[in-house]
Amino acid sequence: MARLKLKEHVINRDWCKGCGICVHFCPKKVLELDSQEKVVAVRPEDCICCKLCELRCPDLAIEVVTTQTNQAAETDQAAQDE
Amino acid sequence: MAIKDYIRQRYFPQMWCPGCGHGIILNALLRAVDEMGLDKNNIVMTSGIGCSARISGYVDFHSLHTLHGRALAFATGVKLSKPELTLLVPMGDGDALAIGGNHFIHAARRNIDMTAIVMNNRIYGMTGGQYSPLSGPGKKATTAPYTTIDNDFDVVKLSIAAGASFVARSTAYHVLECIDILKKAIEHKGFSVVEILSQCPTHYGRKNKEGDASQMLEFQKNTTAKLGSKALEQDPTLIPRGVFVDIDAPEYCQEYDRIVERAMKGSQNQIHKFDKTLRDEANQTCPKP
Repeated sequence: MARLKLKEHVINRDWCKGCGICVHFCPKKVLELDSQEKVVAVRPEDCICCKLCELRCPDLAIEVVTTQTNQAAETDQAAQDE
Repeated sequence: MAIKDYIRQRYFPQMWCPGCGHGIILNALLRAVDEMGLDKNNIVMTSGIGCSARISGYVDFHSLHTLHGRALAFATGVKLSKPELTLLVPMGDGDALAIGGNHFIHAARRNIDMTAIVMNNRIYGMTGGQYSPLSGPGKKATTAPYTTIDNDFDVVKLSIAAGASFVARSTAYHVLECIDILKKAIEHKGFSVVEILSQCPTHYGRKNKEGDASQMLEFQKNTTAKLGSKALEQDPTLIPRGVFVDIDAPEYCQEYDRIVERAMKGSQNQIHKFDKTLRDEANQTCPKP
């Protein structure tokens, strides 16, 4: 089973208008608006990489960069390590 | 390709208000195009006038920003001269169904291969929040301080009646469904109409006390239901979402090619006949030795 693992939230602060859609709809409450009304990832460790923030951003300002961890690939890697 | 490769980054941040649903529709459209792997040089986007029409400036396709309500007329011209191109025609509710209503129904009647996206925010946002033919009765707008009394169009029923061969509805909230429907609509050979409910927090939301962008999206979630779902059966006042019509019907450009072929064949036959009579006459006047 392929599983997405979070690398980072790339947030374009110049494009973000602070509408708060991503903050409101994040199922894990990872995002918050800062004092400048721009979005920041305050709890990235809770992110489940659903990418709903990225999909619903009207300003194309947020990107969830992930690495695909493939269980099969992992076992291959483990076999190679041995 | 990443979706950033499909936009003109020099025009960002875009001019829409914070939380405008049109941005979400742009986002979904770019993802649909990206997932289909279309070449941006083979896509033409034509748009009219209004908030929604500004979308053509942000995408790195061939783009035409044309007259109010005439986006479909220009698109028809482009499609007939270059049928191999993919035509995307995003329009606002006023653009598509008020001033452009006639173009809309006739493009649907011809079943010409293009994708009309009606970005329905139920108001004229750019000019200051006047009510549109999709506002519906009992809504407040700058031009209706004591609420509107006009009934609204049902875009889906109108398009089906006018003869569109693909008709669907989604919302800015249901973004994954929206991407899926847009992909189907672009793939469909014939006139595809996709109505996407959008939110205008600045004018519609403020006037009608629907709250901010997030609350308006929640409202879209709570007032719509998927076609054939139990929720829709139990509460018929909900707005149905999904693909309503997807049929194969003769496409206009193909029919046009066929008629050209028929006309050319006819003229060739006539030339052939004319040649034959000339030859016969020549044979009669000067018989072969």
